[in-house]
This record gives sequence, C-alpha cells and structure tokens, in this order.
Amino acid sequence: MSKEKFPEFVELIKSKGKLFGPVKQKEKYSFEEIKDFSELDFDYQRTIISPKKFITPAKYSTLRFVKFGQTEVLPDDEPQIVMGVHPCDIHAIKILDRLFLGNIKDPYYAKRRENLIIIGHSCLPDDKCVCQSTGTDMVEDGFDLFLTELDDFYLLWVGSDKGLGIAIEAENLLEENVSEEEIQEYVRWQQERSSMFTTSIPSYKYLADIIHLNYDSDVWEQFGEKCLSCGTCSLVCPTCNCFHVDDKIMMNAEEGIRERMLDSCTLPYYSMVAGNHDFRPDRTARLKLYYTHKLKEYIGRWGQPSCVGCGRCIAYCPVDINVITVSNALFEEVCETQEVCDQ
Amino acid sequence: MTASKDKEEISTYKTQPAEILAIRDLTDDTRYFKLRCKDITMNKDFQYRPGQFVIFSLPGVGEATFSLSSTPTRRDFIEFGIRKVGSFTEALFKLKKGDTIDIRGPYGDGFEMEDLRGRDLIIVSGGLGAVPLRSVLLYIEDRREEYNKVFFLNGARSPKDMLYKRDFIAMNQRQIIDTHLAVDEDDTGEWPYNVGFVTQLIPKLGELIDSENTTAIICGPPIMYKFVIQELLKLNIPKDQILMTLERRMKCGQGHCGHCAVGGRYTCLEGPVFTYYDVQHIKELI
Repeated sequence: MSKEKFPEFVELIKSKGKLFGPVKQKEKYSFEEIKDFSELDFDYQRTIISPKKFITPAKYSTLRFVKFGQTEVLPDDEPQIVMGVHPCDIHAIKILDRLFLGNIKDPYYAKRRENLIIIGHSCLPDDKCVCQSTGTDMVEDGFDLFLTELDDFYLLWVGSDKGLGIAIEAENLLEENVSEEEIQEYVRWQQERSSMFTTSIPSYKYLADIIHLNYDSDVWEQFGEKCLSCGTCSLVCPTCNCFHVDDKIMMNAEEGIRERMLDSCTLPYYSMVAGNHDFRPDRTARLKLYYTHKLKEYIGRWGQPSCVGCGRCIAYCPVDINVITVSNALFEEVCETQEVCDQ
Repeated sequence: MTASKDKEEISTYKTQPAEILAIRDLTDDTRYFKLRCKDITMNKDFQYRPGQFVIFSLPGVGEATFSLSSTPTRRDFIEFGIRKVGSFTEALFKLKKGDTIDIRGPYGDGFEMEDLRGRDLIIVSGGLGAVPLRSVLLYIEDRREEYNKVFFLNGARSPKDMLYKRDFIAMNQRQIIDTHLAVDEDDTGEWPYNVGFVTQLIPKLGELIDSENTTAIICGPPIMYKFVIQELLKLNIPKDQILMTLERRMKCGQGHCGHCAVGGRYTCLEGPVFTYYDVQHIKELI
C-alpha cells in the first residue's frame, strides 16, 4: 500500500468501530480514541500503558446490585480497534490470552478480547528496548493486521479472518502483488532494525536458573530496600494482570457495584489473609515474587517468561528496579559465586 | 457448578443462592454454618471433594473463600466452620437461619480420597485447620472399611477454643477413628484428654503404623506445619505422602487474579492441597 492511501485506509478502519491509536501527549505517548487521522503519531517507542487497557482495564465493574437482586455486568458489544501496536505488545496480549482464555475462560476478558481488532505497526528500537533479548521483536500472529512502514510504502500482513475481511474491503487501496524489490527493501530494513538494538539482557536464556540459584541472594534485599512499593512496574507492564475485587455501595445504601481493578504484587497487603497474617510482609519478598513469577515461574507454566522486552519498567520505575538491573545483578552474583558463566 | 465436570464450565462468576439451614457457635468467635442450594438440581449436582473450597458473595461487602467442612458422602447440605476475623465474616455473622447467601464453587484441588484406600492415615489439625479436615474425617467414618489404621490428632489452644469439640469427642467415643485431642493449656482443669502440643503425640504412632504405607494429612496455623512435618519425617513417612492444605489470599478462584501464587503454582487451582514433596523447595510457603 502506498503511503498516500494510508489516511483513506485509516478512515475505512474507523468505520468498523471505536478507533484507538498512539497519540503524543506532553512528550509521552498513549493509546487514545482517534477522531481524526492527524492525531495519530506512529513514530513512537512505547506508550505509558500497553494495549492491555482495552482487555483488562484498570478498573471496571463486574456486578451491579440493588437491595434485592443482582445482575452481572458484561462489557459492551461495541467493537474496538487499536492501531499502531508494536510486536512486543502483541506478544504480551498473546500471553494474557493464554492465561485468561486457557482452561478457564474469564468472561469479561473474553468479551473484550472478542471485540478487539488489533492492527500492529512496525517500530524502531531505542536504548530501552530489550525485545531482541526476549525474542519478542518480531511477531507472526496474534494480530488482525500488521503494517510494516518502509520508505514509500506499507507492507500489510493479514493475521486473522477479521483482518482478511478488512483487507478485502480495502482492495482498491492495496496492491495485490509485492515486487521483488519491495521484498528486498523489507529484508534490508529488517536487518538494519536488528542492528539498531543497543541494550540487551545477556543472561536472558539462563535467567530461570540464575534466579533459582540466587533465591537467597542479598541482591533481593538490596532491591527490596530501594523499592518504593508504588506498583508502577505492574501498572505499566503489558503482562501484569493481577486484579483485586472490591464492592462499593452508593450513597443511598441501596445499590452498589462490584469492581475489579488492577493490583500489584509489590503493594503491601497483596498476600495478606484474614486475621492479618501476611505471607509477604516485606518489600523484598514481594519484589522477589514479581521477578521470579515473571521471569522464572512463567516458563514452567507456559513455556516462556512473561517479559516481552517493551522497556516500560526501564522507563518508568522511579528507583531503577527493572528487568535489566535485576537480571544483571543476579547474573553478576552467579558469576561471583560460581564459575558457570564463562561463555 | 460441579468439580467433576470439565473445567471449561466453571467459567463464570455466577453465584447460586443458598439457604442457611442452621447456625451454631463453635467457639467464642467461630460459627458453624449449614447451607443448602435453593435450586434443587444445583443442590443435587453439587459435587465436591474434601479439601475443596467455596466462595461466598455478599453484595456490598465482597467475596471470601471458605473451606468445605462437610463430607460429600452426606448429601443435600454443605457445612462450614467460620471464624470472625474480618469485615466479610463480620457481615456474615449478622445473618440468621433462613437467610440466603450467594455461593460459587467448589474450587481447588482437594484430597483424592480414593487414592488413599488401604493406607494408614495420620490426620493432624490445629486450630481452624480442623475445618477442612473434618470433611476428611467424616468421609473416612462413612467409608471406614476402605482405609487401614486411621489416627486423628487435633490441637487447640484451650478447651474452649477447640472447634467441633462436641463432634470430635463423639468421634473419640465412637472409636471408628483413633482420635487424640490435645490442648496447649488446660485452663479449666477438667480437660480429660491430652495437654500439650499435637506434635508431641506423633512419635507414639511410630510403632503403630507401617511408614511406607502411611499418608499424613495436615492443616493448621502456618507455624504448625514446620514442626509437624519434622515429626512425620522422623517416622519415615514418604515426602509425597505428607499432604497439606494451604491458605492464601484469593479473589477469583480460577487462577486469574494472581494473589494465591506460591512459586509457580496457583493455590486455587493446583492447591489448596499440596504434597510436601512438591513444595519442599518453595521457601515462602509457610
């Protein structure tokens, strides 16, 4: 598809539902509702909150009740389209899908997911992107359409039946045949992009073992001391999905709602049970849970860690506790105590 | 709403109204609740295993998880032992006989009672741990011929703190299960049974059991596990035959909310019953 036709293509997509895309707001990007093509800005590395906000919103009600009776609140049927999603965030959605749509389906997630159309967009890395290390810099499925932006044109991948439907409708905007030169240009771009990554997690493939060997390491203590227990890491992480459930009663004391909201295992009381017994009373224990669950335990459960290398923890943790600092510190610890990492 | 059906089917948060058939005080702060699903077919289909739990919902107050205390061998009602420790239980204690409460479940992986057939059993509970294990005990009493020697050791702080005291004393008299009741401290001076920690009762069982063919089942306050497990290991009971049920914060019961994670496991799906072998290396366990 040539670039001139892109606005028209966006217009067509907009007719399918509520359109969201990356918008620049005060130097930061965020997925916002798009009224006009000019609002879209695809030249970005990462939004503050990942597209998880469309499928597991930060807060939503699941039950509405009055004095005598209650009704389940399911999400609206309105289709939502999110454009400009980068490969890392698509990988993150795949991870969430596995959790929420696995053996036991979550009805709220399933409904939102069903109504979400994902249109991916290629990106170029900055110094915080570590998706090459995590193997999530490319994506082959998990989207409906994926646009790769090259100098004069877009290459469009179709990833689902829904995506195919849109592509067929946009037939007159798309060129059917991709020339040999265009493919060559894509390959060149791909190679160039791969060489642009400046940050990596060298120990990534050994991380599960490293964490296991370091379970009692002082490193956790040091990070725990620095951690503010603010929960920012969970808020911005595209795969953090833990939720809390709370009931709210309206002022008239006759009706209310049950709300589900994002929670974070780094917050106090996360593991506290009735009777005030807290299984993880200190920050060290909670931070350890965050990183071991994400980088180690997920492998046992789903075959891969749940970090997609988006760099959000690197960009937003106020005290520099992130996937790089944690894994490097643990890696160094192993190197000090054991001679296992000569390679 | 049944555990035996495919897991796909417990995919919603839909609750069932259940009527409170009876309420009785167990101790100063703990009450017995007997419930029955209002929907007759639901009631008939409510299948569970000892060790599983149910989530109660009180609109406006919230949801909370409670262990089933009744046995699936006795149909038509379910029982709970509940201590008033928080805002939810406070609201729950205001309900009366005949009131309705919404429940969903059962959830969790309970005890596989069929797999324990023919084995010697040592059942150890402390404090509130008696609640889920009462389910195991009643199950065994109803199918006693399926099991070999069965010992039940139950500890409480003092005579007035012992849950299901009446039931357990009757159990002791029935002698279907070899029951040993203990209190840490006898402030009444009239306690006819053991005084001291339950752990002290374990070594005596050494001569009576066939270690290789013994399964131990434990539930109690976090501090109890360590000492009880030590004693059981001294009796050479295999690590994979020490079953324990754990308590964790839970919101969903379906492996989604994340709160109950221990190591890589979700207590609500793979637990609350774990073998000591499976969890011995999880350091934050107890």
